[in-house]
Amino acid sequence: MTRVIVVTSGKGGVGKTTSSASFASGLALRGFKTAVIDFDVGLRNLDLIMGCERRVVYDFVNVISGDANLHQALIKDRHCENLFVLPASQTRDKDALTEEGVEKVLNDLKHMGFDYVICDSPAGIEHGAIMALTFADEAIVVTNPEVSSIRDSDRILGILQSKSRRARDGQEPVKEHLLITRYSAKRVDEGEMLSYKDVQELLRVPLIGVIPESESVLQASNSGTPVIHTKDEDAADAYQDVVARFLGEERELRFVNFEKPGLFKRLFGG
Amino acid sequence: MSWLEKFFGSPQPKSASLAKERLTLVIAHQRADEDSTPDFLPALQRELVAVISKYVKVNPDDIRVQLEKRDNYEVLEVNIVMPEPSAR
Ligand SMILES: Nc1ncnc2c1ncn2[C@@H]1O[C@H](COP(=O)(O)OP(=O)(O)OP(=O)(O)O)[C@@H](O)[C@H]1O
Ligand SMILES: [Mg+2]
Repeated sequence: MTRVIVVTSGKGGVGKTTSSASFASGLALRGFKTAVIDFDVGLRNLDLIMGCERRVVYDFVNVISGDANLHQALIKDRHCENLFVLPASQTRDKDALTEEGVEKVLNDLKHMGFDYVICDSPAGIEHGAIMALTFADEAIVVTNPEVSSIRDSDRILGILQSKSRRARDGQEPVKEHLLITRYSAKRVDEGEMLSYKDVQELLRVPLIGVIPESESVLQASNSGTPVIHTKDEDAADAYQDVVARFLGEERELRFVNFEKPGLFKRLFGG
Repeated sequence: MSWLEKFFGSPQPKSASLAKERLTLVIAHQRADEDSTPDFLPALQRELVAVISKYVKVNPDDIRVQLEKRDNYEVLEVNIVMPEPSAR
């Protein structure tokens, strides 16, 4: 049985593509046959984060319009077996993604035996974002601990609950997960940033993980290697935990507590 | 932050708690709005325009459909601005 998971947020730039890349890679590393689809038509980026930009020949819209078949368009990942990337098209025609077209591609992936299909949503609540969430079985709502991101996450939750195929057909609702990214335990400790508990209390969605703000995310995107592959690094380990929890394993939250510097450091700066 | 505050912790209310307070209100309103605006209003408006246009010339903008919540009932208000008599 194929599970379709949308990574969405409403607000832009909160870490959807970063999270899609690492989450999909993490599932593939666990042996699941996984596809990750870039729904950001016109603003392709997932290929860069996955490091396969030079191997893009055909894209999602080519497949929908019948100019290429899925086998031709899927790019095999460099870093793990079982992982395939379907890049977005750079066309400016936003309506190129039709609901029937998207449904057909997802059905074809099901027939190809994929375990998981990860849909990297564009920002906003327009057509592309709606297409990305329409066929989802589960949703990872990416949120930064910041007022506009939280409000937009609440908006997108409302849309999931009304516009998804599951909602429209009155089936079991889309299973929601909250993923908090760019978290700074230090700033939370100083009272300048909402804590993960606050965010969860506001949005009332089960928490699947907290990803710390980390310089290695930029390094990973520079090199085109999803950050989850980085060794001994907090953000990478946090993404590993997300994958584990998603698969039903118990993992305690890490990287959410700030270790106060000692007395000496506080007195003399550091 | 002075070194004293650094040492003993600042006494001012923290900005994060203010953010939480504001978000609590915003989200409560947002959810309420979603619950009360049914999806069919835009379609109803379009169809009303189509029907009325059969008989009189109206602009789509001249028809407004609104759902208002009163205490324990709702009022569906349809406002149609008719064209000037000379234009008929
Ligand atoms: N945990 C993190 N620590 C530091 N930087 C991060 C982290 N997560 C994401 N970023 C940075 O934030 C920026 C936006 O990330 P990303 O492209 O994944 O967001 P997005 O939600 O997909 O954006 P868009 O809405 O434009 O599609 C990037 O520069 C990325 O490197
Ligand atoms: Mg993105």
